[in-house]
Amino acid sequence: MYDPTVARLTYRALLGRRRAAILFLLPGLLLVIAAAVRLLNGADDQTAADLLGGFALATMVPLIGVIAGTGAIGPEIDDGSIVYLLSKPVKRSTIITTKLIVAIAVTMAFSAVPTLIAGFILNGNGQQVAVAYMIAALVASIAYSALFLLLGTISRHAVVIGLVYALVWEALFGSLVAGARTLSVQQWALALAEKVTGEGLITSDVALPTATVLLVVVTLGATWFAGHKLRTLTLAGEE
Amino acid sequence: MSTLTIDHVSRWFGNVVAVNDVTMSIGPGVTGLLGPNGAGKSTLINMMGGFLDPSTGSVTLDGEPVWRNESVYRSVGVVPEREAMYDFLTGREFVVANAELQGLGAAEAQKALATVEMEYAQDRKIATYSKGMRQRVKMASALVHEPSVLLLDEPFNGMDPRQRMQLMELLRRMGAEGRTVLFSSHILEEVEQLASHIEVIVAGRHAASGDFRRIRRLMTDRPHRYLIRSSDDRALAAALIADPSTAGIEVDATEGGLRIQAVDFGRFTELLPKVARERGIRLLTVSPSDESLESVFSYLVAA
Repeated sequence: MYDPTVARLTYRALLGRRRAAILFLLPGLLLVIAAAVRLLNGADDQTAADLLGGFALATMVPLIGVIAGTGAIGPEIDDGSIVYLLSKPVKRSTIITTKLIVAIAVTMAFSAVPTLIAGFILNGNGQQVAVAYMIAALVASIAYSALFLLLGTISRHAVVIGLVYALVWEALFGSLVAGARTLSVQQWALALAEKVTGEGLITSDVALPTATVLLVVVTLGATWFAGHKLRTLTLAGEE
Repeated sequence: MSTLTIDHVSRWFGNVVAVNDVTMSIGPGVTGLLGPNGAGKSTLINMMGGFLDPSTGSVTLDGEPVWRNESVYRSVGVVPEREAMYDFLTGREFVVANAELQGLGAAEAQKALATVEMEYAQDRKIATYSKGMRQRVKMASALVHEPSVLLLDEPFNGMDPRQRMQLMELLRRMGAEGRTVLFSSHILEEVEQLASHIEVIVAGRHAASGDFRRIRRLMTDRPHRYLIRSSDDRALAAALIADPSTAGIEVDATEGGLRIQAVDFGRFTELLPKVARERGIRLLTVSPSDESLESVFSYLVAA
């Protein structure tokens, strides 16, 4: 299920590309904003929850998920170098699960950890806000990674589609259309955060059992389908 | 000893037919897959390597299907034509990764790097490599598990003459060891120098098959066109047309010579100097006018 060589290649591909700069940029930005807010406004639970919910979970986590999820496989399929993985006696499902694990680990490291630190900067984890959002970011990292990894196996325009999903669907549509929120990774993650923190600070439109079921189904379904796509991936002939 | 069997294989992309009902069997030794650019060689090699499913027909390795069967890669090594290959790694890191994916380690990787004589640059990033160096590192990655089948797509592209000779020597050795080596090329001389057996693909069709002498003969037995200038064109024309090896002669006023179509290449090449000597005619120009590989190939398809 896990191949250390595939993992090593994926880590180096993810962190070695220019795109990786965004992985450092966004968390850096979050920490700067958090520090500025704390300095100007002092510690406030509601402000902390708003910033972590509005920027960290709604924008930063999905964007990092797009970079890590699509970046874990998309470029290799695009330039054809995936042939060196495919021409080995390694199960295609092992390649996918390994890449998923790497994408999840990178997304978690670059989103959940800075979210926790930002939470401590903002209000010293008052009302467990920092921990709640870190857990939400961890959970969302899993689902986003699986979704965007699948996207990377399906489309050459995975990054663009991923960005549209992350920004338009999760951020814009989700705030305008109530129904869209039920099908939003962000809301599922919030359902968990809601249980951790003090009452009223975080609210989700989705009940926890529904959110859990949807998270599991989406993650497993996307991973299975990505494995299927890779098994039947054809490399184009003469161009 | 392994045999790749291609049985009535066709492959189309949308409504473009890339490979059209090809049947062939590739056994131990070096086989050259010859054809002009765009003939479907890469498509065929991709199907042999299990990276593309045939639209119809089957590709099997010793009876095992190749498509969707990872286990065949224990005995198959692939050298793709495309350049992309984890440029952020060093050559050594790349070959070691390939070895690990085969369940092997650094020792085997080192041996493969030595085989292709890339040890001197193994610690440089692949991004800094020349085309020939990339080609050799690709070779090392394909050889690391000593496969019984080696598939190479246009391996000599971009190599300088010395590297080309080295790779030919290596492939020849592998063929002599009883491995099944298949490489594609659009250059007849390349194939002729290396392959004991040749398969010719033109416009997606299997045009010819055999040892290079047979293919050479097929290629030389086609009608040949020559432009000939001499001291007495009309007398030469009259003497040549009397022999069945000449099918047609045209007096080309603009070129100031004869356009001759010969049907029996061997006989014509003996006839021409003989006739000229007997009649006291001096030959000023004898130049073949359709020696391009494309015209040779198109003749083969029509045959």
